[in-house]
Amino acid sequence: MASPTLTSPALGSFTAETFERALGAQAGAPAWWLERKRAAYERFAALPMPQRTDESWRFSSIAGVNLDSLEPLAPAAPTARPHVPDFAPLTSLSFVNNRLHGRTALPPELAAKGVVVTTFSEALTRHGDLLKAHFMAQPQRLGSEKFAALHAAFVGDGAFIYIPRGVELDGPILVVHAASGAGASVFPHTLVVAEENSKVTVIDFFTSPANEPLFACGANDLYAGHGSKLTYAAVQNWSRKALSFQLNSTVVRRDARVQSLNIHLGGRQARHESLSQLQAPGAFSEMLALTVASDSQEFDQRTLQVHQAPNTKSDLLYKNALLETAKTIFSGLIIVDPDAQKTDAYQSNRNLVLSDGAEANSLPGLEIQANDVRCTHGATTSRVDPEQMFYLQARGITPVYARELLVFGFFEEVLNRLESEELHAALRTLLKSKLKL
Amino acid sequence: MSQIDTTASAAAENPFAGIDQSSGNFSYDVKYDFDAGSGLNERTVDYISTVKKDAPWIREFRQNALKAFLAKPMPTHWATKDLENINFDKIRYYLSSGQKPKRTWDEVPDDIKHTFERLGIPEQERKFLAGVEAQFDSEAAYSNIKDVVSKQGVIFMNSGEALKEHPDLFRKWFGKVIPTGDNKFSALNSAVFSGGSFIYVPPGVKVSHPLQAYFRINAENFGQFERTLIIADEGAEVTYMEGCTAPKFSTSTLHSAVVELVALKGAKIQYITVQNWANNVFNLVTKRGLAHEEAEIKWIDCNIGSRLTMKYPGVVLKGRKSRGEVISIALANDGQHQDTGAKMVHGADETTSNIVAKSISVGQGRSTYRGLVHIPRHLKGCKSNTECDALLINTNSRTDTYPSITVRGSENSVQHEASVSKVSEEQILYMRQRGLTEGQAMSLSVNGFVNDLASQFPMEYSVELKRLIDLEMEGSVG
Repeated sequence: MASPTLTSPALGSFTAETFERALGAQAGAPAWWLERKRAAYERFAALPMPQRTDESWRFSSIAGVNLDSLEPLAPAAPTARPHVPDFAPLTSLSFVNNRLHGRTALPPELAAKGVVVTTFSEALTRHGDLLKAHFMAQPQRLGSEKFAALHAAFVGDGAFIYIPRGVELDGPILVVHAASGAGASVFPHTLVVAEENSKVTVIDFFTSPANEPLFACGANDLYAGHGSKLTYAAVQNWSRKALSFQLNSTVVRRDARVQSLNIHLGGRQARHESLSQLQAPGAFSEMLALTVASDSQEFDQRTLQVHQAPNTKSDLLYKNALLETAKTIFSGLIIVDPDAQKTDAYQSNRNLVLSDGAEANSLPGLEIQANDVRCTHGATTSRVDPEQMFYLQARGITPVYARELLVFGFFEEVLNRLESEELHAALRTLLKSKLKL
Repeated sequence: MSQIDTTASAAAENPFAGIDQSSGNFSYDVKYDFDAGSGLNERTVDYISTVKKDAPWIREFRQNALKAFLAKPMPTHWATKDLENINFDKIRYYLSSGQKPKRTWDEVPDDIKHTFERLGIPEQERKFLAGVEAQFDSEAAYSNIKDVVSKQGVIFMNSGEALKEHPDLFRKWFGKVIPTGDNKFSALNSAVFSGGSFIYVPPGVKVSHPLQAYFRINAENFGQFERTLIIADEGAEVTYMEGCTAPKFSTSTLHSAVVELVALKGAKIQYITVQNWANNVFNLVTKRGLAHEEAEIKWIDCNIGSRLTMKYPGVVLKGRKSRGEVISIALANDGQHQDTGAKMVHGADETTSNIVAKSISVGQGRSTYRGLVHIPRHLKGCKSNTECDALLINTNSRTDTYPSITVRGSENSVQHEASVSKVSEEQILYMRQRGLTEGQAMSLSVNGFVNDLASQFPMEYSVELKRLIDLEMEGSVG
């Protein structure tokens, strides 16, 4: 391989030399892991940066995707305990700059049942086969192949969660991914394997100090085995100067149910890709997202629901509230494979525009190759309903508060889909603190 | 019911018989006096200019367009790869037997007259049309407008004639709604255009009956590139209908038109297309209207034929309170891809747009809805509504939906809804219990699916559409 120069725009700060140093830090890892990383780096270096004519980057600010002037190997940083929502997890892991920062012990009765909540470093030695089978094992189909390769090449430590057959967890598992230091690059990863008929809730929380430039290139892998029930919630609260990619992949097996909710608050430019594969009859994937876009933030959400087997169901609801000169992009696609008869798929994007300078883009798509299906999608963009405003004001509520109430009403439809009251309350409080109208 | 019964038995032997087989699939061995040969280069464009005695500015316009066409890549980064199967070197870009259309059918050469008689054009003209233009390959063979209409000051003629007789009016709007470089195929059309209609309706004139154009491809490996420009002056109203057919050759044929509509203040234009090209035709058409203040432009676009159609009629809502509408019906049978839709660009306050699209995919047919709704910053009170419904008949039928919606600002309201479904088994069972065959029940059900849109067509067209659907649906079951 020719050694790329420092100025190559396709590499930015992630030169071959920095990659070798990153690899050096993982010297004790198994050979297969290091080989995969080498292959991933080669893919990253070979793939071009996104172009204006790429359909999967339509409406995105390509100029904002810049990998220069970053610190590829963010040093260990002592930080204060990051602010996280106020609820009690069963157990938690927290990472700062790709390294384990703290953890609470798993209740012994769960450990006895075989539940594993640990780091990649530990999983590599004790659960290598599972990691090998599930880590970034799904196709990247939403446009960020290059950044997925970058993630796989540079990923440091991450969360590894394994729930054995038939084990049901009552409370959530919390994973905090924090970044610290100007220009720091972080590669957060959460991998969840829920075996047959198990039940688990996992919460990812992404956070960094308010005004530091940052590059976050995260991914997750969720695997819901037969009859399992997996609930996943993520709160992205990076600094307002962050460039963020989050590439999520969900595999849903026979009769399994996955519910995922992504809340997007932070970042200068944040792209979120979410792939849901319904692989066996009875599989159900519910994909939810809430975004508060303010200032000049850009949120770019790309989703793909692939129905690969008959009798599968998916239901997507993405809501965006736009303030100031913010911009959102929702690009969703439902694919129904030729044999996936009796598919029931839904996709809905609702944009609430609260300012004259904001811009909402919707690209809701369908590709249907089976005829016995029920597929619908809808996209709406509108303002706060003046009639509802009038109704509230007629009852003595100030315009500012009335607007706030209506915006919360808009979000509540999504939060109401959560089963856990405690999670619902914690997320509502968090949204309230962010949404100062 | 009786109508379904007769067509059902007629189509029984050939289940996928479309109308291209039944009425449009014939050709005559015409001796052309003018032939630009195969392939496209500066000399081809020069030949067309010379034959048509183009003014210098048109000659230059064509040559610039050719450069734009050659420079632009195929849009396969979003469109189907099937476009790569068009062999531009094999296509014949200009074929005619003369440039001056005849005013009476008696003067039209026999072969060409027989063609249009078999397609029923002269008969329809007598019955319900205000004017007809019939284009045979590159040039109009016949063009006539009824006296009552021309006395109102309405101009309806071939584009080539209009360029010579009304150059100022033509030049003012020509290429203004759809610039040459809009896309690769609008550039191609701008280089080699020939034929098409020019209509001007003076202020306040409401044309009571539709004006019609009929486009016929007769020659193999031919490319038809008509150019239509319709201008409705303030408060004027006009309805224009176009039909098209071609025989089925073993090699592919290209049809690439550019249609520009201009509705000045308070004017209304309704443009109706029933596209029934043979299924070896690449039909790549750019259609757009410019609506001034309080004007209304409505496209009714029905696509049944062709191998690949890519057509997204659009309206640029330039004036306050202007309104744009697209009603789209597409039927894709085996070997067909109907990639159709609509574009609405809002450019002024309180503009409204409405898109209703219905598609039916039969056998291995593929229908695609592609739409664009754009509301830029600083506009107030704009509304846009889109509804797309797709019906899939067979297990291997395919449908796609790719809308794109951009809204800036907080005082507008946009909604888009799409659904995909199949014919209800319960409905079919119900009808079969009452003695209908499965094919008849299917036809009835599909006709019900498009009925609310088909009823917006002039009667003759909606009857024709119903007959086409009956034919296409027969034998599609199972």
